[in-house]
Amino acid sequence: MSEQHHIISYRKLIAVWAGLLFLTALTVWAARHQVGIGHVWISLAIAAAKGGLVIAVFMHMRYEGRLLRWLLFVALSVLAIFIGLTFFDVLYR
Amino acid sequence: MSVTLHRDYAGAKLGMWLFLFTELLLFGGLFLLYAAYLARYPQEFGAAGREMQLAFGTVNTVILITSSLLAAMAVTAIQRNRQQAAFRLLVGTILCALVFLGNKYLEWSIEIGRGIYPGSERLVAGPPGESVFYSLYYLTAGLHGLHVLIGGFFLALVAVRVRMGTIHAGDFVLLENGALYWHLVDLIWIFIFPLYYLIL
Amino acid sequence: MSPAADLPTTDSFWNDTGRRGVAAWIFSTDHKRIGLLYLYSVLAFFLAAVILGILLRLELMAPGRTIMGPQTYNAVFTVHGVVMIFLFIIPGFPGAFGNLVMPIQIGARDVAFPRLNLFSWWLYIVGAGIILASLFTGGGPPDTGWTFYVPFSSRTGTNVSLAVFGVFVVGFSSILTGLNFVTTIHRLRAEGMTWGRLPLFVWSLYATAWVQILATPILGITLVMIIAERLLGTGLFDPARGGDPLLYQHLFWIYSHPAVYIMILPGMGVISEIMPVFSRKPIFGYKMIAFSSIAIAAAGSLVWGHHMFTSGMSDNAILVFSFLTFIVAIPSAIKVFNWVSTLYRGSISLEAPMLFSLSFILLFSIGGLTGLILGAAATDIHVHDTQFVVGHFHYVIFGGAVFAFLAAMHYWLPKFYGRRYAEKPAIVAWAMMFVGFNITYFSMMVLGMKGMPRRYYDYLPEFAPLNLASTIGSWILVAGLLLLLANLFRGLLKGEPIGKNPWGAATLEWTTTTPPPTENFEQEPVVTHGPYDFKGAGIP
Repeated sequence: MSEQHHIISYRKLIAVWAGLLFLTALTVWAARHQVGIGHVWISLAIAAAKGGLVIAVFMHMRYEGRLLRWLLFVALSVLAIFIGLTFFDVLYR
Repeated sequence: MSVTLHRDYAGAKLGMWLFLFTELLLFGGLFLLYAAYLARYPQEFGAAGREMQLAFGTVNTVILITSSLLAAMAVTAIQRNRQQAAFRLLVGTILCALVFLGNKYLEWSIEIGRGIYPGSERLVAGPPGESVFYSLYYLTAGLHGLHVLIGGFFLALVAVRVRMGTIHAGDFVLLENGALYWHLVDLIWIFIFPLYYLIL
Repeated sequence: MSPAADLPTTDSFWNDTGRRGVAAWIFSTDHKRIGLLYLYSVLAFFLAAVILGILLRLELMAPGRTIMGPQTYNAVFTVHGVVMIFLFIIPGFPGAFGNLVMPIQIGARDVAFPRLNLFSWWLYIVGAGIILASLFTGGGPPDTGWTFYVPFSSRTGTNVSLAVFGVFVVGFSSILTGLNFVTTIHRLRAEGMTWGRLPLFVWSLYATAWVQILATPILGITLVMIIAERLLGTGLFDPARGGDPLLYQHLFWIYSHPAVYIMILPGMGVISEIMPVFSRKPIFGYKMIAFSSIAIAAAGSLVWGHHMFTSGMSDNAILVFSFLTFIVAIPSAIKVFNWVSTLYRGSISLEAPMLFSLSFILLFSIGGLTGLILGAAATDIHVHDTQFVVGHFHYVIFGGAVFAFLAAMHYWLPKFYGRRYAEKPAIVAWAMMFVGFNITYFSMMVLGMKGMPRRYYDYLPEFAPLNLASTIGSWILVAGLLLLLANLFRGLLKGEPIGKNPWGAATLEWTTTTPPPTENFEQEPVVTHGPYDFKGAGIP
């Protein structure tokens, strides 16, 4: 069966790389300028954005079929649920 | 009886992604512990985080992001039949990996020199939350470093095959899967960096 | 006498492959040979662990010391559990019957990654070897229970690190098998083999494979952490160093509860195969049974805290986990109702596969219902860590999964060996096992209700009569098991030859020659009917 291999241009890849570097700088800046534990959520949000870029473009997920994207969602949800349910214990001891 | 090598590009990619899920869950256990202990020891995590060597962490983050770029470019190169370029880009990725590991070695030498390592006297005597932070850090970063090493080896094997021509535009799933593994290594570090180096 | 040597079929997977002797097997990438390699490996470990079980029951036959001291007792129940769980029942179903049967059932020539499949078996063997080595080196066999709870596992002088490393390697084998099976089922189904026509055994293996992929890595990292606690002094679970032992329990059970679904789901799949064939009736509620396999895997991943009700966990967590535990009972019950509905107005024939399947339904139901007593937090406080728990899980795992395994052996092995077992001794063996099983394990549930703890070397004199009864039951049970195995293997090697489809089933493995050829089919099949559509398959 013939596959349509999507080729990502060097330009696009370098643009993503630049975006990742920018987000890295942003997260370092944010950490130094926020006080308290609230900045953990900001750091995680920026990390999630970086991760999203890596998965979507570098790892091609943006060009993959529904099956693979749905399976990734399932895997991440399972991890989130493991952590979440554990917190029912951790937070309320 | 001959081994039937059916070429199933989509199947090979699916298999690799399934393996990546297992790696996500493997590190996930360590992140679960981090979350639970951060909730318990917010001050000590902050204090310990301030002592981490931010310069090393940031440089290593940039190196890994760049190595990821090079690996992704290698996939594009092979798809465009640029065998030489693909090989060179892979070599670049591996070099980045070596620099990353070299930095780790230096960073940890300094850390250990300061008496910060699992079970050290300083940590045993100090606040419990700091001991937990550093034990988690060494485990997580250590396991990650092991994956950098494994990924590097895998990519080296792939690079050899690119050089020999057994990986080419008509059949490059090994390179693509190697790159996927490498991106995962980058992805995990993207989360390790803020959680351990930026928890100021 | 070499298996299948003098059978009429000339082209069979038993034929020469270019390698000779043992090498033709241990380097083969044929899923059928790998399946048999797994079968014999897991059976060997099963028998070893049965011996340990017999020894445990001998010790518990009377109060005080009978045949061993307390340290030995702790080691024996630990190794019994580790071997049964990690070297028999978890790898056994996917490894043996998943490998033997699943690719043929979907109309494929092999699994998606045959070399990875062989590698999985080798990992299993290496891991088993490491576990065995731990028994005879260092501080001796671990004495922590198969659950390796901290703080004891961090501090005991026994060879925990090596044993746990062996389990890690075996776990990696399990992960790779799961990955292989998911890819195979997605990518290699024959033409016409839609998801809606998949045999229910395949559905159960699919759900199982997802649990193997997503849950086993958590076990992996937990085992790594035990080693790190012991060898590096990380102190992550040591209260004196700021650690929380309960987090260990969470991590351990996040895997080990879903693991019990790895153990039972394929067994349920086997029952779903056997019920329609031996009732001469299509399965009742195919879609719901398929869906319930996925539902059990999903819901079963949310309930791990029910092992921790008395651990010091928060009340909120106790509430949540108890509630979720009741939810997971629902899809299991759906299966039981559908199997029984399949029987209704069926033309039932009571041969060994069917006898094991019917008793599965009874024994699994008893185990499942006692699971609800354990899942309700209030009653659990009374029976947690008593013999009641030991009775419960033996009902579901032994009476459930293992009886299903024995059913599968009688149902499928004749197809792969080309000969069948003798029916009468099989029925006698089943009856002995059924009676012996209930005496052995029902006694334990009563003892638990009365307050006898588990994992204790000794007990109060008032518990003696039931303990004696349980031990006698274990002798009947094992005698039946030995008779079963002797009869089965005698039949497979020397029994009456069988044709393509001795049971009159409608799934694809019965359409190919007996034993199957190396490539499974002369020509790739095209599927035009469902797996239990006897009329559509042209079977009277």
